[in-house]
Amino acid sequence: MAENYILECSGISKAFGGTQALKDVQLHIRPGEVHALLGENGAGKSTLMKIIIGLYKQDEGSITWDGKPYQARGPVDAINQGISMIHQELNPEPHLSIADAIFLKRESTSFGGLLLNKREQNRRADEILKKFDFPFGAKTLMKELTLAQVQMIEIIKAVSCNAKLIIMDEPTSSLDSEETEHLFRTIRDLKSKGVSIIYISHRMEEIFEICDRVSVFRDGTYVNSRDMDGVTRDELISMMVGRNVKNIFPKVDCEIGETVFKVEGLTGKGFENISFEVRAGEILGLSGLVGSGRSETVRAIFGLDPLESGKIYLDGEEIKIKHPKDAIKRGICMVNEDRKGYGLCLQRSIRENISLPNLPKRQKGLILNQKREREECQEFAELLTVKCASIEHTGLSLSGGNQQKVVLAKWMMANPKVLILDEPTRGVDVGAKSDIHTLMCKFAARGMAVIMISSELPEVMGMSDRILIYHEGKLNGEIDRSEIVSGNVTQKHVLEKEFGGK
Amino acid sequence: MASKNKKKILGMDQDQFSMFLGKYGIGIILLGMVVIIAIVKPLFIKPNNLLNIFTQISINGLIAYGMCLAITTGGIDLTVGAQLALVSCILGQLVGVKGWGLLPACLVALLVSGGFGFLNGLLISKFNMFPFVVTLSTQLVVRSAAQIISSGKAVSMAEPAFKAIYSGKFGVIPRPIIYLAVVVVIMYIVMHWTRFGRYVYAVGGNEHAAIASGVSIFWTKTMCYTISGILAGLAGIIMTSKTGSAQSNIGIGYETDAVAACVLGGTSFAGGISTAPGVLLGAIIIGCIYNGMNFLKIDSYYQSLAKGVVIIGAVLLDMVMNKKNR
Repeated sequence: MAENYILECSGISKAFGGTQALKDVQLHIRPGEVHALLGENGAGKSTLMKIIIGLYKQDEGSITWDGKPYQARGPVDAINQGISMIHQELNPEPHLSIADAIFLKRESTSFGGLLLNKREQNRRADEILKKFDFPFGAKTLMKELTLAQVQMIEIIKAVSCNAKLIIMDEPTSSLDSEETEHLFRTIRDLKSKGVSIIYISHRMEEIFEICDRVSVFRDGTYVNSRDMDGVTRDELISMMVGRNVKNIFPKVDCEIGETVFKVEGLTGKGFENISFEVRAGEILGLSGLVGSGRSETVRAIFGLDPLESGKIYLDGEEIKIKHPKDAIKRGICMVNEDRKGYGLCLQRSIRENISLPNLPKRQKGLILNQKREREECQEFAELLTVKCASIEHTGLSLSGGNQQKVVLAKWMMANPKVLILDEPTRGVDVGAKSDIHTLMCKFAARGMAVIMISSELPEVMGMSDRILIYHEGKLNGEIDRSEIVSGNVTQKHVLEKEFGGK
Repeated sequence: MASKNKKKILGMDQDQFSMFLGKYGIGIILLGMVVIIAIVKPLFIKPNNLLNIFTQISINGLIAYGMCLAITTGGIDLTVGAQLALVSCILGQLVGVKGWGLLPACLVALLVSGGFGFLNGLLISKFNMFPFVVTLSTQLVVRSAAQIISSGKAVSMAEPAFKAIYSGKFGVIPRPIIYLAVVVVIMYIVMHWTRFGRYVYAVGGNEHAAIASGVSIFWTKTMCYTISGILAGLAGIIMTSKTGSAQSNIGIGYETDAVAACVLGGTSFAGGISTAPGVLLGAIIIGCIYNGMNFLKIDSYYQSLAKGVVIIGAVLLDMVMNKKNR
């Protein structure tokens, strides 16, 4: 079958030290297609992408780009040859204007390159922005943009460099549904102009919605490529993990006890008049678009942000929380949505990270009981199946999913009454995701009251006993698990409520 | 996926060996330096001279531990040099002029230096000011305070009891070594065996994560700078005893040596990484540079040059080693 491919990678191998990251993998991309790259964390997707944009050099194998042998010397060289990558974690330079950001490293100049020609650059930038219906002008500073808009600028930049292939690494991980829709429109638009896209995502729904073909990697090897038409979700998952994951949400119904935690009329920045209660053994899901006030509410409850008004009750008693340490002392713990920012001290050991909030109870006089600490941390690391050589290794040595498990381990060791989980499975691979879901049920079974926030509707609907739906800072409806199980309420209903419908 | 035929070095496989180098590389540098100097001048490693070196590094050693705490939280404490001068002048005024007893005078001096440390911590943690800017400014204030209370005049502190603080001996061991040893042990315990120590590393490693784990940034940072102030105060007392006179112009540039000791000892300026033994090793290396160059009769003008080259070399080596580890 003589196919026409714009990018052909074949027989690519790459080893780091003793670890074989890629072994004889292939990836064939057709012009103007959206090609999903699927695999658990550590399957080798990122390594291959880094080889394509020239950050790494393959040990073996060859790449053909547009019919010619290809080897990028670095990302800039890759861009010049027509391949751009939109990274998962965007690092915008906040003080640059949009025009500066788009034309970074290829500025319009005058006087033979000595001076910047700002006017010309802004004019050109405005022209491009207009083509994309971007709501801001070229002089707007990057810091005024939302994450979704920054990402759009990255895409615009790639297109303005005449990219014929754009690699998108988890492009929707910090977008809400509306922004995701907008991104998809842009992707379709690019596709119609003949631009190929490699789309890396853990979100199966998106892959089915936007992608034409899919290639699956597992443990550094190539498994298969398929057209999206005619492939099922179960097939893809079993290709990825090499086994069938029948029920992706291992929700166990456990006994629901007394009300443990209650809030009344909470108001703060981004949310107003929020009241709810959670009972022992219950998983309460908070659903809503990004920025609808879910995360803001729990941050304020946990003492990270100030509360303007409202009351918080624990075991029927009103409590005041001014600092996370007040919350932790009373048995309210929170896994933050921003794992790198608020989760771990990556350069410290796994042990120190797990025990950090739990030190007060583990000291004799002023000295820490390190033997007990080591044993307990080991126990919890094993309980949460953290994959590490030793708990003395640093957080840097772990994959994203395992870092998240370390965060969960530290809060589980604190044995809280109320556990708040803000996006507990963001950026986590399928296997670890399922582990974390199982753990949530274990937490609930121990009689904890669990509050979970997730932007993935199937996750909220699959895991929660009750769901509260946020819309623009206010609660807009409540759904009970029985209504979901009976099929009376579907994802569509929830989405409608998130968008403000009744 | 471990490959079977790894090269073995000193009985360790390659990973272990590079980890070993990353951890103890500084010690190896020190050893190399000592061996080279000792080959040229065997007297260098005679017990007498070794005691000398340790006596000489006691002042820098004390300051370096405070500095290490500040750097580990992601900051720096530039006031330490000026603190030496202020403590010296307070002692001069209280003991030399007003005739106070030694103990109360020293306590007041430590209270003042600790107080300035607390002020540093307060400004840094409460008002979120940059440690470099805060301590650069308080350093001026402290130095000026020293000049004001002493009117810029030196006061003789030749009283034998006071001189004995530096020159006294405990058996054959000079007293400053004892002070240093005590501080090293205490700091080792504080940094590695206490809750406070863990909090220091957490705050330096990731401030947001530390807050979200219930750590009070305010107390952790303020305590670090207060301890740094107190240690600088202790160093000031020892220094004044050494010189036998209280003056406001001592301790200039001492913060540099303290920072150097920290950096050589593996303290990361990014915060969150340091070890107590490392700081001691760093201070010893600095001491060996000074003492060794005197021994080799190298002009003192070259000492700073040597220090600079050794620091850059050591940090570079550390970078290369740790990059390999990752």
